[in-house]
Amino acid sequence: MLLKHDIEFTLNGVRKRVTVDITMNALDMLRDVVGLTGTKYGCGEGECGACTIRVDGETRNSCLMFAVDFNGRDIVTIEGLAADPKADALREAFVEHGAVQCGFCTPGMVVQASHILDTHPDADAETIKRGLEGNLCRCTGYKKIVDAVESACCGGR
Amino acid sequence: MNVAEKPVIAPESLIGQRIQKKDAPEKAAGKTRYIQDMVVPGMLHAKILRSSRVHAKIKSIDTSAAKALPGVHVVLTAADVPNQQPIGVARDHLPLKGERVRSLRDEIAAVAADSDEIAEAALKLIRVEYEDLPIIAGPEDAIKPGAPLIHPAPLDADGQPKSLPPKTPVAFAGKADNIAMRFDYTHGDIAQAEAESDVVVEDTFQLHYVTHCCMGVSGVIAEFDASGNLLMYSNTQVPFLHKREFAEYLNIDPSRVRIIQPPIGGGFGSKLDIYPFEVICIFLARAAKRPVKMVFTREEEFLASPTRQPVLLTLRSGCRKDGTLTFRQVHTLHDNGAYTSWGATTPFVMMQTFSSLYRVPACDYHTTVVYTNNPYAGSFRGYGNLQATFAIEQHMDMLAERIGMDPLDFRMKNAQDAGEVTGQGMTFKSCGFKECLTTAAERSDYRRKHADNIANRNARGPVKRGIGIASMLHVGGGAKIYPSDGCGTILKLDDFANVTLITGASEIGQGSETVLSQLVCEELGLPISAVTVVNNDTAITPWDVGVHASRTTFIAGNSAIGAARKAKAKILAAAARKHGCDEAELDLRGGFVVVAETGEPLVELARLMRNLHFSDKAELVMTTFYYEPPSVHQDKAFKGDVSAAYAWAAQVVEVEVDTDTGIVKMTKVTGTHDVGRVLNRLGLEGQIEGGVVMGQGYALTENLIVDNGVTRNPNFRDYKLVTAPEIPEMDITFVESMDGEGPQGAKGVGEAPSICIAAAAANAIYNATGVRIFGLPFTPEAVYRALRGATPKPHWQAWKPA
Repeated sequence: MLLKHDIEFTLNGVRKRVTVDITMNALDMLRDVVGLTGTKYGCGEGECGACTIRVDGETRNSCLMFAVDFNGRDIVTIEGLAADPKADALREAFVEHGAVQCGFCTPGMVVQASHILDTHPDADAETIKRGLEGNLCRCTGYKKIVDAVESACCGGR
Repeated sequence: MNVAEKPVIAPESLIGQRIQKKDAPEKAAGKTRYIQDMVVPGMLHAKILRSSRVHAKIKSIDTSAAKALPGVHVVLTAADVPNQQPIGVARDHLPLKGERVRSLRDEIAAVAADSDEIAEAALKLIRVEYEDLPIIAGPEDAIKPGAPLIHPAPLDADGQPKSLPPKTPVAFAGKADNIAMRFDYTHGDIAQAEAESDVVVEDTFQLHYVTHCCMGVSGVIAEFDASGNLLMYSNTQVPFLHKREFAEYLNIDPSRVRIIQPPIGGGFGSKLDIYPFEVICIFLARAAKRPVKMVFTREEEFLASPTRQPVLLTLRSGCRKDGTLTFRQVHTLHDNGAYTSWGATTPFVMMQTFSSLYRVPACDYHTTVVYTNNPYAGSFRGYGNLQATFAIEQHMDMLAERIGMDPLDFRMKNAQDAGEVTGQGMTFKSCGFKECLTTAAERSDYRRKHADNIANRNARGPVKRGIGIASMLHVGGGAKIYPSDGCGTILKLDDFANVTLITGASEIGQGSETVLSQLVCEELGLPISAVTVVNNDTAITPWDVGVHASRTTFIAGNSAIGAARKAKAKILAAAARKHGCDEAELDLRGGFVVVAETGEPLVELARLMRNLHFSDKAELVMTTFYYEPPSVHQDKAFKGDVSAAYAWAAQVVEVEVDTDTGIVKMTKVTGTHDVGRVLNRLGLEGQIEGGVVMGQGYALTENLIVDNGVTRNPNFRDYKLVTAPEIPEMDITFVESMDGEGPQGAKGVGEAPSICIAAAAANAIYNATGVRIFGLPFTPEAVYRALRGATPKPHWQAWKPA
């Protein structure tokens, strides 16, 4: 018998009320209940960063959170970054610098990079690499991702 | 626009530009729908029960409790699918195993249910009774006299070999030994060449398990329509080959199988074979009469997707005092795992490197591929070339040192040139190898650093610097393995002069959509934005052999150019008729038909297209082209010019070795690649950088630990991919050898950048420390031990069956 719980939170600027199993993880809720599939399952244990979201501004691996932990929080996913002009510039930088290949890690990378941009607007390449350490990419070798984030940082300067 | 006011249009080229990837905006916005994201109305969710024993007979399977669980639609075992066909490269296993399991990944039962959670719960209710069998944990055990057989002949109840019906799985056919495949190649007189050698070295090299780690895990959706036609959403890299194979397994006409490829979250060779999960998902969909989706967990991906081929390799090499190579003799033992996938066939590529990377008068190559109870290896970017290059390029340094020659000079003396026909019959029509060597060496200041590092080996402080070089040869113009190595294109222009490019070539993230669009636009004088690519549906796209062997830019590129040139000829002929001039005087530029010599615009292309279409003699511009490269199949002795072009590279790796901790830091990679010609500079750099870092992982951090048949580290915490802070500085340059057959002169490059890194790292560690390490990976523990002489040197007595 699964226990259900009603939760209320802000998702990408919109208030949401959802009933979820208490054991459901936040990633599954976003993908399967809410239907936002930009946040990816890569490992389910917080090692790859493909499921990175922002929770009250900080970045989190959504696969490691329970859905009920969203209660009362302000959640932003890759889809929510569409409304953020700074993130627009970031996405454009990813495209312009060739930071996208298969693209599976990209949403998590962009969300993580948006946090770097907010917290370290003048970040240099080394700081950016540290900031992206928890996000795995198998295609690009990271260089063009770092270049993209660096250009967005400098662009905001 | 009034044509009269339009200024002249000068020729412009897209070739060599930095072209943004067409699918990047969608991907960066999180809008791209991968197979994991797809929902088909009415679909069920499937899970597979895998063996809990490494090697065992299955005594019984009880699925009754699982079948009784609410929400479970179908539970299947081998007994429920009596007409299973054998699958895989050697057709040596069934999707569902009924009598015997030979590895921990073996599929015993499968469930389709209303949700993943219910399917998981059902798996836990299935009871399997086993009788354990002796485990063959490594390839050396597999060839011991009297070793237990992994695939013995099946016996009747009275102990007699069963009489087997036709089309019986090879796995059941019974084998007298554990040998899965053999490869024997030779050219020249080895004995005489060895007798003429002044120096001979022999060493054993040990190459480990690594795996692809595509960020998107494996997945498939299968559904049948009311008439029994199969639709699959699949991540395959070879849709047309698989369409045919799936039809064979289902005993239906191939025209009734349609494969759609959603965007793929990484390939790297992992999706070249048909795996049991795909066939099982089809079985479930057939039984449930509902669409069925199956997606792996990450742990499952580590346990049940292919690995790179582990290899034990003994190499004997010789040269003369003047630095001329004399011979190479190679014996390898390939650990096939329990079944045969593409990893077993990596000798096709390995022997090319041994026979033809350098001019070597005599080469003798032998591989024995043996069954064990380990995971089975598939194709993985480089296809055996990382393993071969690891051995060869260390021996190049070792031979050079023995004769007192600079390692770069030694390579230059033996390097191939354009025009060379090798002992294996490969013909190097374009070859920038020597320029790669000199460029990479000069840009990295290789000679000076190499000498300085040796001089500084005994300097104070634990951190030693090293520099190492390695080179590679790889197919760059397709590889003629199948009856055709071709690709088809259908191209159409609409009445706004937008192009739809329908190609057989698959996009797996490598950027084929973009580079193919670029090649078409170069012919038709249009911007990249004018092209829509359709490339993922076997019901629409023309045939292609698949995305592998670094072939897509070359083969699909030539095919796209062929279709575009036919369209251009048709357009110019129509414009010439209309304007009363000679079509040879016309060209396409900037969306206009122009007078070639002056650049004077004659008519807007979109307007011409509408005139053609909406006229009394209505006409559309639609063309087709099939490109088959001018390569040949190898003969039975593995000789023949199997690729239309060959790619070359030299990479210099710089390391810092902390002798106190064994930590090797890769500080810089200087790579020079003969790519024929740079097409999309942005995409090319991305491919090379990604390949270099994948090579770095192979060399330093990645190690799938398989211990007595058990994979010990099926997760990203213990299987270490390289992360952003660890990447080296990368200095990547290109040699443009302008291959005569290549699209705009280009050659394939997809696999090339990973190939040299581990070999160059080995040479760099030696340069830093004076210690040579013959096994991978160079983890801190391994290096620490090796520096203290605590690592036994791998040794394998070269062996081949009588």
